[in-house]
Amino acid sequence: MTALLPLTEAVAELIADGDTVALEGFTHLIPFAAGHEIIRQRRRDLTLVRMTPDVVYDQLIGAGCARRLVFSWGGNPGVGSLHRFRDAVENGWPSAVDIEEHSHAGMANRYVAGASGLPFAVLRGYAGTDLARHTGTIKPIDCPFTGETLAAVPALRPDVTVVHAQRADRDGNVQLWGITGVQKEAVLAARRSLVTVEEVVDELRPRPGATVLPSWVVTAVAHCPGGAHPSYAHGFYERDNDYYLAWDAVSRDREAFTAWLSQRLGVAPASERSERARQHSSAANASAERSEAGP
Amino acid sequence: MSHTTEEMMTIAAARALPDGATCFVGIGLPSTAANLARHTHAPELVLIYESGTIGAKPARLPLSIGDGILAETADAVVSVPEIFNYWLQAGRIDIGFLGAAQIDRFGNINTTVIGADYQRPTVRLPGAGGAPEIAASSKEAIVVLRQSKRSFVDRVDFVTSAGFGTGPGFRQRHGLRGAGPTTVITDLGVYAPDPATSELVLTRLHPDVTVEQAKAACGWELSVPRDPARTPPPSEAELAALRALKPSPKAAS
Repeated sequence: MTALLPLTEAVAELIADGDTVALEGFTHLIPFAAGHEIIRQRRRDLTLVRMTPDVVYDQLIGAGCARRLVFSWGGNPGVGSLHRFRDAVENGWPSAVDIEEHSHAGMANRYVAGASGLPFAVLRGYAGTDLARHTGTIKPIDCPFTGETLAAVPALRPDVTVVHAQRADRDGNVQLWGITGVQKEAVLAARRSLVTVEEVVDELRPRPGATVLPSWVVTAVAHCPGGAHPSYAHGFYERDNDYYLAWDAVSRDREAFTAWLSQRLGVAPASERSERARQHSSAANASAERSEAGP
Repeated sequence: MSHTTEEMMTIAAARALPDGATCFVGIGLPSTAANLARHTHAPELVLIYESGTIGAKPARLPLSIGDGILAETADAVVSVPEIFNYWLQAGRIDIGFLGAAQIDRFGNINTTVIGADYQRPTVRLPGAGGAPEIAASSKEAIVVLRQSKRSFVDRVDFVTSAGFGTGPGFRQRHGLRGAGPTTVITDLGVYAPDPATSELVLTRLHPDVTVEQAKAACGWELSVPRDPARTPPPSEAELAALRALKPSPKAAS
């Protein structure tokens, strides 16, 4: 039975320090509110997994939540670089982040293997590139039938996958539509899952094919309207492009970023945290984020 | 109508796409050029984005790879594993249309790191995304990028997506099935691999660009024909279509 929980409780119960966590969403339905709650609850040493780490991962990395990043493309879509990600990789600020780098095709197949209960996936990928020289989780494999050399990549099995969706019912059946990315595979590959949703209804109106996740594969649902902002939720709201553009300036500068962290999420920078700051905890700030118009 | 070098590059890139082709489109310059092609000479061009939208027909430029307008106007919307496995890997794509931070004389693309040390890069770039497999599995690849000594290099710091690798025979040895980067379009001209050496050579200069300018913005000893052909300048219709497509910075935000 899926638990219907407030976001603060869902994050507290499902995500622990040191976990491997995937927040998925391909431009559409990115679980920003859940990411911000992870920052507020000061999770540490996370292995963050995601095909397209964008602004929410820039924020998690800058806030010092990440120890490791497993990804295939890291940027601010349509704008430019992720400067907190670059600062961590290039300069180790606020702490060094190890990277495990793949291609989209490789990551997508790793989730498929995880969702399928297989140890690895096989694809025609990475050929002739330098990726396999630096990423230990890409290995050549010969087809036992044709002898063709292909690429093998291990299954991704996150401890927790977090996705955002349009709608769930009180039992935790989830409807999600539009660009569906790799969310279904990422949830099925994970040991635990949290789905934040725009709305919770008593009963889902039958829409053939719309229920992509039945309740029995979802650990928790959190009602979180606007939870994908500044990304978008098809049928609910558009992408807040101003936020992505404005993020470039915020993320370029460590001081501007720490001011953002403090003002918007009520979180002191990693280096200045005190017990007092820790007591100034998530509860007081839980509602602050949702009313935000921009970064 | 006068035009900018950027407009000439985009229009030249659009012209390289034949009507009716299936085209796997990268965001940025390739997306602009592919949509321009659809609004000019190639209304039946099938635009496929890695977010899983097949046959997208956006009226304005998408602002990102997963812009909702792509899903709303697509013939089909599929998952990301499906777009890479069933559609790209299976060989259903005619043209992989890519941008690049760096390209080298053998058409290898780098979007990963600048600097010799992967662990301690001078500049950390976004990474591979869909490009390695798009460049490998499409029947051919077309690349569009601004040309300078920094972007047109003798050897890329990191091969994110293979072109012709180290030269003739490389693609066959590594099981790369498509023809590779058959056309590279910049703000100065158009380049193609020499059939004998696989090295990119100048085939055409854009209007008002000199051979010296192209050589000065190239990190290797560029081979140029004695009397290079000229790209026809943009037509009024092409420029009007491009400007109508391009959102103003205000509209983009």
